[in-house]
Amino acid sequence: MTSQIRQQIRLGADIGGTFTDVALEAHGRLYSAKVLTDYAAPEQAILDAMETVLAEAGLGPADLEIVIHGTTLATNALIERRGARVAFVTTEGFRDVIEMRTESRFDQYDLNMRLPLPLVPREDRFTVAGRIGAQGQELAPLDESALETLADRIAAGGFGAVAIGFIHSYMNHAHEERARAIIAAKTGLPISISSEVSPQMREFERFNTVCANAYVRPQMADYLGRLQVRLKETGAGCPVFMIHSGGGLISVETAAAFPVRLVESGPAGGAIFAADVARRFGLERVVSYDMGGTTAKICLIEGFTPKTARSFEVARTARFARGSGMPISIPVIEMIEIGAGGGSIASVDAMGRIQTGPESAGSEPGPACYQRGGLRPTITDADLVLGKIDPDNFAGGAIKLSTAASEAAILRDVGGRLNLPATPAAFGICEVVDENMANAARVHAVENGKNISDNTMVAFGGAAPLHAARLCEKLGINQCLIPAGAGVGSAIGFLKAPFGYEALASKVTRLSAFVAGDVNALLDGLKATAEGFVRAGTDGAIQREITAYMRYVGQGWEIPVALPDRPFTVADIDLLRQAFQTSYARFFGRAIDGLDGLEIEIVTFSVKAQDSRAAPMRRELTLGRTEAGVSVSRPVFDPARGEALPTAIVERSGFAPGARLSGPAVVLERETSTVVTSSFDVVMQDDGSLLLVRKGVEA
Amino acid sequence: MTDPTFEIRMQVMWNRLISVVEEQAMTLLRTAFSTSVREAGDLSAGVFDPAGRMLAQAVTGTPGHVNTMAEAVLHFIAEIGRDSMFPGDTYVTNDPWKGTGHLHDITMVSPSFKGDRLVGFFACTAHVVDVGGRGFGADGKSVYEEGIQIPIMKFAERGQVNADLIRILRANVREANQVVGDFYSLAACNDVGHQRLTQMMEEIGLETLDALGAFIFSRTRAATLDRIAALPRGAWANELLTDGYDSPVKLACAVAIGEGSVNVDFTGTDGMSKHGINVPIIYTKAYACYALKCVVAPDIPNNWASLEAFTISSPVNILNAERPAPVSVRHVIGHLVPDLVLGALAKALPGQVLAEGAAALWNIHMSVRPVAGAPGRRAEILMFNSGGMGARPGADGLSATAFPSGVMTMPIEATEQTGPVVVWRKELRPDSGGDGQYRGGLGQVIEIEPLPGHEFDFSAMFDRINHPAKGRDGGMPGAAGKAALDDGTVLKPKGWQHVPAGRRLVLDLPGGGGFGDPSRRDPAERANDLAKGYVTETVK
Repeated sequence: MTSQIRQQIRLGADIGGTFTDVALEAHGRLYSAKVLTDYAAPEQAILDAMETVLAEAGLGPADLEIVIHGTTLATNALIERRGARVAFVTTEGFRDVIEMRTESRFDQYDLNMRLPLPLVPREDRFTVAGRIGAQGQELAPLDESALETLADRIAAGGFGAVAIGFIHSYMNHAHEERARAIIAAKTGLPISISSEVSPQMREFERFNTVCANAYVRPQMADYLGRLQVRLKETGAGCPVFMIHSGGGLISVETAAAFPVRLVESGPAGGAIFAADVARRFGLERVVSYDMGGTTAKICLIEGFTPKTARSFEVARTARFARGSGMPISIPVIEMIEIGAGGGSIASVDAMGRIQTGPESAGSEPGPACYQRGGLRPTITDADLVLGKIDPDNFAGGAIKLSTAASEAAILRDVGGRLNLPATPAAFGICEVVDENMANAARVHAVENGKNISDNTMVAFGGAAPLHAARLCEKLGINQCLIPAGAGVGSAIGFLKAPFGYEALASKVTRLSAFVAGDVNALLDGLKATAEGFVRAGTDGAIQREITAYMRYVGQGWEIPVALPDRPFTVADIDLLRQAFQTSYARFFGRAIDGLDGLEIEIVTFSVKAQDSRAAPMRRELTLGRTEAGVSVSRPVFDPARGEALPTAIVERSGFAPGARLSGPAVVLERETSTVVTSSFDVVMQDDGSLLLVRKGVEA
Repeated sequence: MTDPTFEIRMQVMWNRLISVVEEQAMTLLRTAFSTSVREAGDLSAGVFDPAGRMLAQAVTGTPGHVNTMAEAVLHFIAEIGRDSMFPGDTYVTNDPWKGTGHLHDITMVSPSFKGDRLVGFFACTAHVVDVGGRGFGADGKSVYEEGIQIPIMKFAERGQVNADLIRILRANVREANQVVGDFYSLAACNDVGHQRLTQMMEEIGLETLDALGAFIFSRTRAATLDRIAALPRGAWANELLTDGYDSPVKLACAVAIGEGSVNVDFTGTDGMSKHGINVPIIYTKAYACYALKCVVAPDIPNNWASLEAFTISSPVNILNAERPAPVSVRHVIGHLVPDLVLGALAKALPGQVLAEGAAALWNIHMSVRPVAGAPGRRAEILMFNSGGMGARPGADGLSATAFPSGVMTMPIEATEQTGPVVVWRKELRPDSGGDGQYRGGLGQVIEIEPLPGHEFDFSAMFDRINHPAKGRDGGMPGAAGKAALDDGTVLKPKGWQHVPAGRRLVLDLPGGGGFGDPSRRDPAERANDLAKGYVTETVK
């Protein structure tokens, strides 16, 4: 278990909804493979792909020094509702918290809307007397004899897991611990308690999170166990670590007990991949843009670290609408996801407005141009009609695309409605999807107090290179990197992930009532928790980040404020106040001043611990001066100019490092093409990345 | 043939404009002090053209604010006057008749200038925690008792905040810091909208929003008229009874669908109340239009052109109250307007309109204090709670879900952090949904006790205690609501009342009405209702 960070032969495996990607790093070289996800035996796909890359590298399973794994299996179990039958034990009077949700409708005008069903149906939710107050005091003792009876009932009830969530347990977890002990004495079921899974205020979010953990736990524990056994059988005796939603690594044992922390671990790998690219080129402010077949994901990366949040929503049921899914309160790399991918379907609404997604044609039947039964126009069809994709060289020539089928679909569903020919209609589809992504990115940046145009974009995923340049035009971004290996970005990202863990606890603390000893004790506990997880994977130096989530008393939204990593004294109150006011002004323009006695409070404390990574080899961006030679040209529609322009076509593999080409141009590779619009040039970097740089702007 | 680039540019700019107002609303959500805004989403934000016509509005927001704000901007333009508008200005009012119906809602409007040219306005509205007077409740005898009135005036001129207004405000309201904080949040949210619009116009190279506005209005108008043309022509009437303050109040309406327009007339509705449950017409209109739009054009965005086709008329009555009537809890009667209008529409569109529901939010404003001589703390606490929604044609009603209001409830863990109360129960109320082929949504039961050593007064703003939600097309009514203490003392539906130390306030929130003949309910659904305890006995 020593020196984990210096292994030479590392395998990353990402199980996605459609594909399982494996990346092998061996003595500085990278090998990758992509196979279809096997839902019946997910570990089989990993083993198959692993065999491929090992053979390519001339290695065997026994040579592996570490396997790092991320998976959407937990997410899918939540979305598809294929989890265990859970008994949820909660405070008397609060049986329906996870069913009543926020008591609101996520769509104001749709009177026929359906709300998502609770993970645990009402008949499986049990209440018990006992109550903790808002300050952590016991208002009513736990009814232990009722719990004994309930434990018998659960033991006989055919359940697969137990979740316990009591009111205010984030302030005082004694009742939850006691209830766990009583139930554990009578059943062999895995028991999850909310004060361990998600010790944050707000009962709906915390209860739903502990139920989600229990819901996926038997299945994930089973899968992870099988994976370890199968790997050992092949001869791979190395340790296996899991990537978690916050972007760090945890042990398989931790993951099996807290599988809800694996939700969104695949996309987290993508963000780490982009963060690694940022570090390699010394880019302080990066926006990562990952666009696949169904969705686009955007993440802000500052100082080589992806932005994290304390909660998110999974399994949205209605057009990715906020509030239509379920909240999960755990540390997570914060990404916005919108229903915009290559397969997203375009249509026209009652106002004659082009709409794209979130409905997707997927891989079956796929876009109209695949000619596999899909008749509705998709983003890929529009890209094809505009000349951005070469119909004869898609996926390395594996699928022959029909431009005529795309045109017909676009004319029927969009052009005909708007009285537009196929090309302008296709332009309209791309403009709308690009604008939607740009708006989402812009709003996300604003929510975080950032200006999007200061960033470098890092684009990956099959569809991103087709749209990245236009997105940069819309966002005022001057440079965009498209790294090599972008098709298996998440799996590569796993190899770059730190051993890291973030521990959180809510404790509402007004600065006027700041008791340094209490806060220090709380932070010491969080540090021990976070470092305990990290120590499972490394014996190197550990870095810590301390964050307080603070607000003016009376506000409901807390902002993160970085704190120094040292014991606090009462003299630090001024420092805390100033740090908060500075952050507040950065988020919202100005701090509120001139208010007598307006108090400031801390709501949640966070400690993030991770091992110190060796920085990747530092590279400088090359702007290139040598003009690349071009032999092929064809017309491609240029969005800024609003017309088709003669466009240079080059192969990525034949594009030499340092070569620069003036847009418009298209750079072809096996999985996708990079479209360089007329306002950009493209420069091949030493590491195989493509740099798009805006004309007239020096990086 | 359409000019392809023009068409697509306009579409893209429309999307961008909607994104601008979403950012505006998000800023308000993140900075607001008032619980009703930050936890419950009780706010609205939008952008207007120089003539005061709404171009776009954030999808976040509740109908009572959205549609009222659309009219409010016209009053601001008329009273401030173009010659007195300067870059950096922000205007404010809480005038119930020119804003959104009661003094607790603060509306702010800011002109947006590009250079010297006025290109539009940003407006936003939010409910603040206190406006002085008697507090949030129905006991005022005129608007003068309900709090400070801020006529349309400048909150800031050329970026300079009106310090006199702030001083007067501070002297008149209970939670001065939070209220003043919210004034700043509202102004900041308009500033953000203005900055984003300016950026957008510079990037695109726009000098005015005229062409974009014309495009938005023409597309929206055409789509709205199409929908109205598909409706049957004629007039349909409906009436319903509400609890009123202490005696029942009749609401009546007639919906007339004509060529390119729908009018709702409220003749036949009872006169004004002596208590603060009167509704200014601007708020009545907001909810009447909302109900029509839900049925007729749910997917058409809200703007001047989509609202233009819906008109209302009414003599002076409780739904068209005149100054200086008390209007503090105008939302209770206002929230019943959709059930009233939908009942008429159901006659025009049989089988297509949901049953009546709990309708009015069950808001509680608690004023908590230590019992005489005991240590402890004081706090003002506001909770939003919802009963059951009416059953839909084809689906059960949503349980404990706000309709027509768009607000969310607050976590009880946050409520208990706010002040010294304990919420002992907040869960679904079995047997409260009206039976039918589709069952009405369930109400909920709430029990609240002051922390030991404390007591509280609370303002009741409840309805459907004496007049439960009716079913539709053979569906049964939902259960009536009830407000009481745990010792059995029955409380009034409206007005300030007391909960002594050691007692619990027990609220049974009403359920929604059923839809369709109960004999046609799927037996599997009945079995499910029993298994889950939504229903605890077999049908009587």
